[in-house]
Amino acid sequence: MKTRHITEIAGALLLARWKQTLVAAVGVTFSIALFITLLGFMEGLNQLLDGLVLNRTPHIRLYNDIRPSDHQPIDLSDKYKEYYNFVGSIKPTNSREEIHNAQRIIENLRKDPLVLGVAPKITAQVFYNLGNVDVNGIINGVDVEQETKLFFFSDYVTEGNYYDLKNVANSIVLGIGAAKTMMAKVGDVITVTTTEGEQFTLKVVGFFQSGISEFDKTQSYASVATTQKLLGESSNYITDIQVKLKNMDLAPSLAPQYKQVYGVDAEDIQTANAQFETGSSVRSIISYAVGLTLLIVSGFGIYNILNMLIYEKMDTIAILKATGFAGSDVKKIFTAISLSIGVFGALAGAVFGFIFSKIIDAIPFNTDSLPTVETYPIDYGARYYIIAVLFALVTTYLAGWFPARKASKIDPVEIIRGK
Amino acid sequence: MENNIVLEARAIYKSFNDPVKIDVLKDISFNIKRGEFVSVIGKSGCGKSTLLYILSTMDTDYQGELLIDNISMHGKSEKELAAIRNEKIGFVFQFHYLLNEFTVLKNVMLPGFKLNKYNEAELESRALSLLKDLGIEHLAHKMAHRISGGEKQRVSIARAMINDPLIIMCDEPTGNLDNTNTDMVFDIFKELTEVYHKTLLVVTHDMTFAQNTKRTIEMEDGRILR
Ligand SMILES: Nc1ncnc2c1ncn2[C@@H]1O[C@H](COP(=O)(O)OP(=O)(O)OP(=O)(O)O)[C@@H](O)[C@H]1O
Ligand SMILES: [Mg+2]
Repeated sequence: MKTRHITEIAGALLLARWKQTLVAAVGVTFSIALFITLLGFMEGLNQLLDGLVLNRTPHIRLYNDIRPSDHQPIDLSDKYKEYYNFVGSIKPTNSREEIHNAQRIIENLRKDPLVLGVAPKITAQVFYNLGNVDVNGIINGVDVEQETKLFFFSDYVTEGNYYDLKNVANSIVLGIGAAKTMMAKVGDVITVTTTEGEQFTLKVVGFFQSGISEFDKTQSYASVATTQKLLGESSNYITDIQVKLKNMDLAPSLAPQYKQVYGVDAEDIQTANAQFETGSSVRSIISYAVGLTLLIVSGFGIYNILNMLIYEKMDTIAILKATGFAGSDVKKIFTAISLSIGVFGALAGAVFGFIFSKIIDAIPFNTDSLPTVETYPIDYGARYYIIAVLFALVTTYLAGWFPARKASKIDPVEIIRGK
Repeated sequence: MENNIVLEARAIYKSFNDPVKIDVLKDISFNIKRGEFVSVIGKSGCGKSTLLYILSTMDTDYQGELLIDNISMHGKSEKELAAIRNEKIGFVFQFHYLLNEFTVLKNVMLPGFKLNKYNEAELESRALSLLKDLGIEHLAHKMAHRISGGEKQRVSIARAMINDPLIIMCDEPTGNLDNTNTDMVFDIFKELTEVYHKTLLVVTHDMTFAQNTKRTIEMEDGRILR
């Protein structure tokens, strides 16, 4: 028995009921299209929301924490060696948040093949002076080029030119929230007071909008050199080293190594932002569940239509068997029918899924908190298409399997006698 | 041992359990030789169709032994029986049972697809020459549900012949036809045995039809009278 003849018979049966088979195929098409659109949209949103935080968070952050001295005088006493000692008279000693030898650490890290890039950072507590009122603020001293390359700094500068931070001396990019309260415009000069009590005037060269309004109310950016000047420190003074890895998943294992090698504190992104991962994966699970349910429902559609087809075509099946077709041939014929519904439906579904995604991708989506986003986000990952098509083929195969088996078991004598 | 028996039934018993046990066939033994034209007659309900379904290997639920081409059908799988049916037995039913989704030509060719002995072109020319012999060549490309009852029965005969079977079995092939068509079918059968030396086993109610065959098996209450 040639496959061509099996498909020829299957095709003829299918065409005899083309309306019903079309309905079944449209069911598959619809569920696949929705599956692809839903997951692409959901994953697009996930990436957008995660990106809000993850894009700008270093994979590993090196810093010096202020903590109590590890060695208290009582530890030196032989007498109390075996005891738990809680008398601590020596207060924290490493008042310097400065990372010792920061420049050398940065150079070493840049040579590490696992590292994508390294950016230094300093934070300075300041007050923005507004007439009589002082507003709390933080100025981040950053290396503009590295910050842009690694953390997309330029994307978040909504007004002015981010590069002026480097070119213009004593310049500042104000957080958009802070700028609003100060009613500052690009080109204005503002006054800040450092925690040491010194006053500085800085020129506003741009506004910064991260999408997190609490952040934008306090944070501003200046160059590393300007910030060092604010703090009255030398040009070696660095408080944070931000490391971006080629593979983010390595961060938890590399952080302790860096801590040991460089004698500083190291925090990995997974520890710092555990809650984001959870949120994303829950959203993904929900959309997969919904999408797969759709596919299963469409499988039931195929099951119904095949069952109906078999009841209608009892005579045909009986004749095929009487003329020498085996049960397995009949089974192949009905499996071919169901698979061709599945294949046709799945391919059309993939095309429609892509079209729906494109449509959503074109819908404007403007929100103040997301300056870089203009339309709804869509992830065009090939994996959704592959999963959808594979799953559709499996469901249609299974949906066809039971009716096909039933057809193969039909007893021709009963049908022929029943006439 | 050389013999020319194509089909042999040895002490075939068959009963239904619906709702009480009824014996429909009792101790059926006979054989059919190559080239014979045999008719089976008997009252309605005496078990003629039941016997034919057993002889055609479609019904396997019986006691006794059935040999086709000197091979016992005992213990053969569904697949093997289907293959035997396909190659060695042609079947013509009272109700014409063509596949309405196909043309007349495709209907005739279908058992040939399964046998896979001839390629498609050969099969087609065989089918066409059969249709021509039966005088319905002009219907070849019509859909099967668009032709008359007598024409359908002739198509069934062509389909039964396509794989050049050992024996052709018919269950009341003329039961649904008028006199002219009955005569025509009978003439075809006669020609099949006389000119083509085919073996035929025909169940019929038509006494004149039966009288015209070389041998008649008469059944009553599940037994063979003669
Ligand atoms: N599936 C079944 N279950 C129970 N009894 C059955 C079944 N099929 C047939 N019978 C019985 O077996 C007997 C023989 O039936 P069969 O169809 O062989 O008769 P027949 O000789 O072909 O009659 P007719 O000339 O009317 O076609 C009948 O009494 C019938 O009622
Ligand atoms: Mg009968």
